Amino acid sequence: MILIIAEHANGALNKSAYELVTAARGLNREGGVTALVLGSGVAPVAAAAALVVDQVLVADAPELAQYDAEIWSAAVAQIATEGEAEVVMIAGSRSGREYSPRVAVKLDAPLLEDVISLKDEGGVLHAEHYTYLTRVTERVEAQGAVIVATVKPGAFAAAVAGRAAAEQFDVDLELPQRRLVITGSTKEKTGRIALTEADIVVAGGRGVGSAEGFTQLVEGLADPLGAAIGATRAVVDAGWRPYAEQVGQTGKTVQPKAYIAVGISGAVQHLSGMNKSKCVVAINKDADAPIFKIVDYGIVGDVKEIVPAVIQELHK
Amino acid sequence: MRILTLIRQVLDAEESVRVRNGAVELEGSKLVMDTMDEYGVEEALRLRERGSEAEIIAVAVGPTRAEEALRTALAMGADRGIHVVTEVVLDVIALSAVVAQIAKTEQAELIFCGGQQADWDSQALGAATAERLQWPQATWTNALELKGTMLVGRHEADEGSESFEVALPVVVTTQQGLNEPRYPTLPNIMKSKKKEIRKETLDGFGVAPKVKVSGVEIQVKERLKKILDGKDAAAAAAQLVKMLREEAGVIG
Ligand SMILES: Cc1cc2nc3c(=O)[nH]c(=O)nc-3n(C[C@H](O)[C@H](O)[C@H](O)COP(=O)(O)OP(=O)(O)OC[C@H]3O[C@@H](n4cnc5c(N)ncnc54)[C@H](O)[C@@H]3O)c2cc1C
Ligand SMILES: Cc1cc2nc3c(=O)[nH]c(=O)nc-3n(C[C@H](O)[C@H](O)[C@H](O)COP(=O)(O)OP(=O)(O)OC[C@H]3O[C@@H](n4cnc5c(N)ncnc54)[C@H](O)[C@@H]3O)c2cc1C
Repeated sequence: MILIIAEHANGALNKSAYELVTAARGLNREGGVTALVLGSGVAPVAAAAALVVDQVLVADAPELAQYDAEIWSAAVAQIATEGEAEVVMIAGSRSGREYSPRVAVKLDAPLLEDVISLKDEGGVLHAEHYTYLTRVTERVEAQGAVIVATVKPGAFAAAVAGRAAAEQFDVDLELPQRRLVITGSTKEKTGRIALTEADIVVAGGRGVGSAEGFTQLVEGLADPLGAAIGATRAVVDAGWRPYAEQVGQTGKTVQPKAYIAVGISGAVQHLSGMNKSKCVVAINKDADAPIFKIVDYGIVGDVKEIVPAVIQELHK
Repeated sequence: MRILTLIRQVLDAEESVRVRNGAVELEGSKLVMDTMDEYGVEEALRLRERGSEAEIIAVAVGPTRAEEALRTALAMGADRGIHVVTEVVLDVIALSAVVAQIAKTEQAELIFCGGQQADWDSQALGAATAERLQWPQATWTNALELKGTMLVGRHEADEGSESFEVALPVVVTTQQGLNEPRYPTLPNIMKSKKKEIRKETLDGFGVAPKVKVSGVEIQVKERLKKILDGKDAAAAAAQLVKMLREEAGVIG
C-alpha cells in the first residue's frame, strides 16, 4: 500500500493532500492508497479524504491538536510499519519537510525530497526534484522495502473527488512526549488564501515605493483577483511587509497559475521561488529588468499608473 | 559545552550553473561556505560571546576542497574542524549517520545545520541527525538565546512564526534573520591557519548511499514574452486584462 499523510488546516484538507493522491495513484501499486489523518476533531477532514482514497486511517486525539515533528514522525512511522507501506508520501510543506527525515531514519528508508515527478519502474522509484536554488532538475532513484518521499506543492494536479466514500478506521498510536514547547505564535491573520495554495499571487517589490504604496497597489490588485500576496526580500527588509509573504530562496516557493510581479527586478534569489509559475506577468518601468526575461505578459510602465488602470479594468 | 556547526561548500549564488556530462560542473566556479551555514557558525560564536562556555567545532563531509569552507568557519572563530574526506556523494539520510556518530564521539550538546542547503536544496540533514541522536529539533530558527540548559527562540512554521523552548541537547537549523554573519578579520584568518582540522575517512562510519543520482539538467521554460508599452496606461491595462482572460485563461 501507499500511505499518504493528509495535511489539513482550519477544518479542511489542504490542496497538497489532493496532490499527494494524484502522485500516489501514478505509481499504480497494488493495495491502493491509504490516507492518514492526524489531528484533533478531524472528522470532517477524514470524511473529505475518504472521497479520494481507498482507505482512511484516523488518529483523532487531543495530543495531536498541535503539530510536532517528533510526534508526527512517530505516528507516521508506526502506521507505515503496521500497514507495511511501500511508499510513504508527505506534503513538501515546511512541516512535512522537517518531520519526513525522522520518518525515513525510523524506517531505515531512503528519502526523496520535494519531488516534482515520481515513477515506478520495476520496483525502483524514479523521481525528479530541483537543486541549486531551483535552477537545476536532478533525477534520482531509490529502492527498498519502504521509501519516504515529500512532494512539492503544486507539482501534481489535485485529485478530484468522485468515488464512493472509502472506509475509515480509527487508529491507536503510541506517541512520544512533546519536547519542543511552543510558547506563542503569530499567525498570518490576513484573511487571504495561503500564499503556497493560491491560484494567483500578486507580489510587490521595492518599485511600489512604500508600505502605503504596497497596500494600495498590491493589495488593491489582489483583492478583485482573490489572490494571495507575495513580496521580495527588499520589501520585507524594509519592514513594509511580514516575512511570511517573502517569495524566494529564503522565503516561500510558489507555483501558481499566475504570478503577477509589481515593481520587482527579478533577482535570481527571487526567481528561484517563483520561476515555476505557469504564467508570469510583470509590471516594471525598466524594460531591461531581468524579470522581463521570464514573463509571459508584461507592461513597461510606472506601477502607480498601470496598476490602478488594471484594477479599474478588472472591476468593469 | 561542545557545539557542532555543519558546513557545506556550495556554488556562490552569483555564479552561473553549468552542466557537463550529466552533472553540475563546479570546476572553475567560485565555491563558498553556504550562507545558511554561516548563520550557524555566527550563532554559535554569539552564544559563546554572551557568556556560555563552549567549544565550537566545524564539521564537513565532502571532497578535499571542502577544507576551504572549514577554514572560513575557523577564520570566523570556530575552534577546530573535523573533515570527513570523501568523493562519495552521500544522500542526506546516509550523511546524517556520519554526523550523528561525530556528535556522539565529540559529546556535542548543540548542533547547527543550514536550513536549506544551496547545492542540493535539501532541508533534511538537521532533522535526520536529530532523529539518529534521539534529540529534538528546532528548524528554520530566526532568533535564539541560551538560558541555562534551555534554548529559547523563534522559528518559522507552516504559516507564521512560533516562539519555542527546548532543553539541550538539540539540533537547530538556521534561517535568514537569525543574525548577520561576521566577516573573518585578517588576524583571525592568520590564526585559523594554525587551528586543527582532523581528517577522517568515510570507511569507519559504515554508511552507504540509499539514493542514486542518475542525471541533471537545466531547464528553461519557454515564455511568451508579450510585453506591452505602458505609455497609454488605460489601453495597456485593458489589453493585458483581455489577454489574461481570453488567451491565458488565468483570471475569471
Ligand atoms: C542569500 C540571499 C538570499 C536572498 N533571498 C531572497 C528571497 O528569498 N527573496 C527575494 O525576493 N530576494 C532575496 N534576496 C535578495 C535579492 O538578491 C534582491 O535583492 C531582491 O529580490 C530585490 O527585490 P526587489 O525586486 O523588490 O528590489 P529591486 O531589485 O530594487 O527592484 C525594484 C524594481 O522596481 C522597479 N521600479 C522602481 N520604481 C518603479 C515604478 N515606479 N514603477 C515600476 N517599476 C518600478 C525597478 O525598475 C526595479 O526593477 C536574497 C539575497 C541573498 C544574498
Ligand atoms: C531567457 C531565460 C529565461 C529563463 N526562464 C526560466 C524559467 O521560466 N524558469 C526557470 O526555471 N528558469 C528559467 N531560466 C533559468 C535557466 O533555466 C537556468 O536555470 C539559468 O539560466 C541558470 O542559471 P545561471 O545562474 O546560469 O543564469 P545566469 O546566466 O546567471 O542568468 C541568465 C538569466 O537567466 C535568468 N535566470 C537565472 N536564474 C534563473 C532562475 N532560477 N529562474 C528564472 N530565471 C533565471 C535571469 O533573468 C538571468 O538574467 C531562464 C533563463 C534565461 C536565460
